[in-house]
Amino acid sequence: MLRLHLNGLDYTLLFVYFAVVLAIGIAARTSIKTSMDFFLSGRSLPAWVTGLAFISANLGAIEILGMAANGAQYGIATAHFYWIGAVPAMVFLGLVMMPFYYGAKVRSVPEYLRLRFNPATHIFNALTFALASVLIAGVNLYALALVLENLLGWSLFLSICVAAGFVLVYITLGGLSGAIYNEVLQFFVILAGLIPVTVVGLVKVGGWHGLTQKVKGSSLGPTGLHLWQGTGIGSHNALGSNWIGIVLGLGFVLSFGYWTTNFAEVQRALSAKSLSAAQRTPLIGAYPKLFIPALTIIPGLVALVTIKGLGAKSGDLQYNNAIPLLIGQLLPNGVLGIAVTGLLAAFMAGMAANVSSFNTVMTYDLIQPYFIKDRDDQYYLRMGRIVTVVGILVAVGTAGIASQYGNIMNYIQLLFGFFNAPLFATFIIAMYWKRATPWSGLFGLIAGTLGAAVIHVLYAGAGWLGVSPQLGFGSAQSANFYGAITAFGADAAVMVLVSLVTAPKPDEELAGLVWGTVRAEEPEKAQRGDELWWRSPKLLGFGALALTIALNIVFI
Amino acid sequence: MADNTPGDRDQAIASSEEAEKRARGARLFDIRRLIGFLFVVYGIVLVIVGLTDGKAEIAKASGVHINLWTGLGMLLFGILMLAWAFGRPVIVDDNPGDADKR
Repeated sequence: MLRLHLNGLDYTLLFVYFAVVLAIGIAARTSIKTSMDFFLSGRSLPAWVTGLAFISANLGAIEILGMAANGAQYGIATAHFYWIGAVPAMVFLGLVMMPFYYGAKVRSVPEYLRLRFNPATHIFNALTFALASVLIAGVNLYALALVLENLLGWSLFLSICVAAGFVLVYITLGGLSGAIYNEVLQFFVILAGLIPVTVVGLVKVGGWHGLTQKVKGSSLGPTGLHLWQGTGIGSHNALGSNWIGIVLGLGFVLSFGYWTTNFAEVQRALSAKSLSAAQRTPLIGAYPKLFIPALTIIPGLVALVTIKGLGAKSGDLQYNNAIPLLIGQLLPNGVLGIAVTGLLAAFMAGMAANVSSFNTVMTYDLIQPYFIKDRDDQYYLRMGRIVTVVGILVAVGTAGIASQYGNIMNYIQLLFGFFNAPLFATFIIAMYWKRATPWSGLFGLIAGTLGAAVIHVLYAGAGWLGVSPQLGFGSAQSANFYGAITAFGADAAVMVLVSLVTAPKPDEELAGLVWGTVRAEEPEKAQRGDELWWRSPKLLGFGALALTIALNIVFI
Repeated sequence: MADNTPGDRDQAIASSEEAEKRARGARLFDIRRLIGFLFVVYGIVLVIVGLTDGKAEIAKASGVHINLWTGLGMLLFGILMLAWAFGRPVIVDDNPGDADKR
């Protein structure tokens, strides 16, 4: 039932896409002369390119399939993950944090920690980031292979090798430019695949009105059409969380931790050609983010009301298959090929983003400063290419680890909880409290990671022991929110305590790294065109926030 | 930062000839042209498929001529991308000295 029947035409469209992907890798190669070109695209890209790459790096197929699954399971409330759970953090990154990252001329997020704190903090963060990157790249690879096996009947092994091979070629050749240009292309191809299935799905159920009528009569009921109804403390809603968990856990800690400190995202902004373009990167990304839920949640809801038995615990009718099932039912050959191409593009985007940030951190943050110092630039450029190959081979291995977990979404949330949640506390204190000492950085990160671990063990332990309803966490989703809040709190508290008993850095070493300090050098000259009114970061940022509020009111 | 970024050295030795080569490379490699090209190709193919679709295909898509409409949409988008790319070509001005070179 799940198997899609692609014909020669669909495969031709797919192969044309892969040919263009390789062409981009080969073309990007001509622009690479130094390691900066390879790892940060020579800081030369325009904001619309980095902005779309910023959103595309996050628009992996796990995200698309997972959010459509959430749409079918939780209804409109899934939009919390897009609106309160992403846009405010993206605006904050662009308007508030980017001047520190881009202005300090750091080449990676961990490098900021080296300048602001000490090498110990730097190594801890670089190592955990590198580990998280290859694990998540492995998840993407495994998920891709699963989809290829289910939809097209390719074997798991063949699928993993083909996907890993393509990413390998275009990143090894084209570096970050190869990854970013492909992400921009992927963004449009993903949209071209999702829009037809959304439109046909809506027509099938009688338009928006027909869909809302049918959802009211479904297992979700009327609250499935609202964002905030039923989120009062003690009341019931499909998400299994209340407004505190949503606002503080998802909207504040998880979302700010992911969007503002995850180097796979921030790297796209660091490759922009000027500070203004770097600031605009997440802001331009915020606008598509506001409207993508229409292309995931609507198909999810259509699947819920048209596919009988959706929501099975195993087999073809799991929520995760909502979009593949709809594609198979509704799209004729031709558009079908485009939709499958879009899904594969999304998988490669998710994996490539992790690989291209992994090789940068390994080379600039671990190998160059601590292991093989003082070689010429060409040496590190070659090293970057070698690390890319190694990273992809390791990802093939970690795809095996991912295959051991029954629920991929839970596994990936677990990874984010451990690696991302504590980081936001560290960065926000680092940027706004001059007194925070070098050692507070390291111990804060360790405490935050342990805090996330404790909540995870409590939640999992409560499940195993059969303690009634999982210690009040409600759901796995809700436990994630509380784990994030705990990690944030533990990190912040330990940072303050350690800062009070250790010596701070002298002011002159913090110039340009902390709010209220001034860099000695002259600020960078703005690029031509940066002064146009519609390129104002403030305007773009507050515009995105206003739209977020408006959408929350419409779907309250 | 104490260590020089590698880009500085590269810029210092870059002659105007090299800058010209870079500009040409950047134009050839303009992502807008590649996106435009791919969408125009996809658009044309889908429009042809859409015009030859039989009843079965249209019934599958709940009566929507989805191949035709998607094809037209992609074709239009591709043409707009190409128009933008050719109307306002990339200007490479990372070397302050020869900012006006096209």
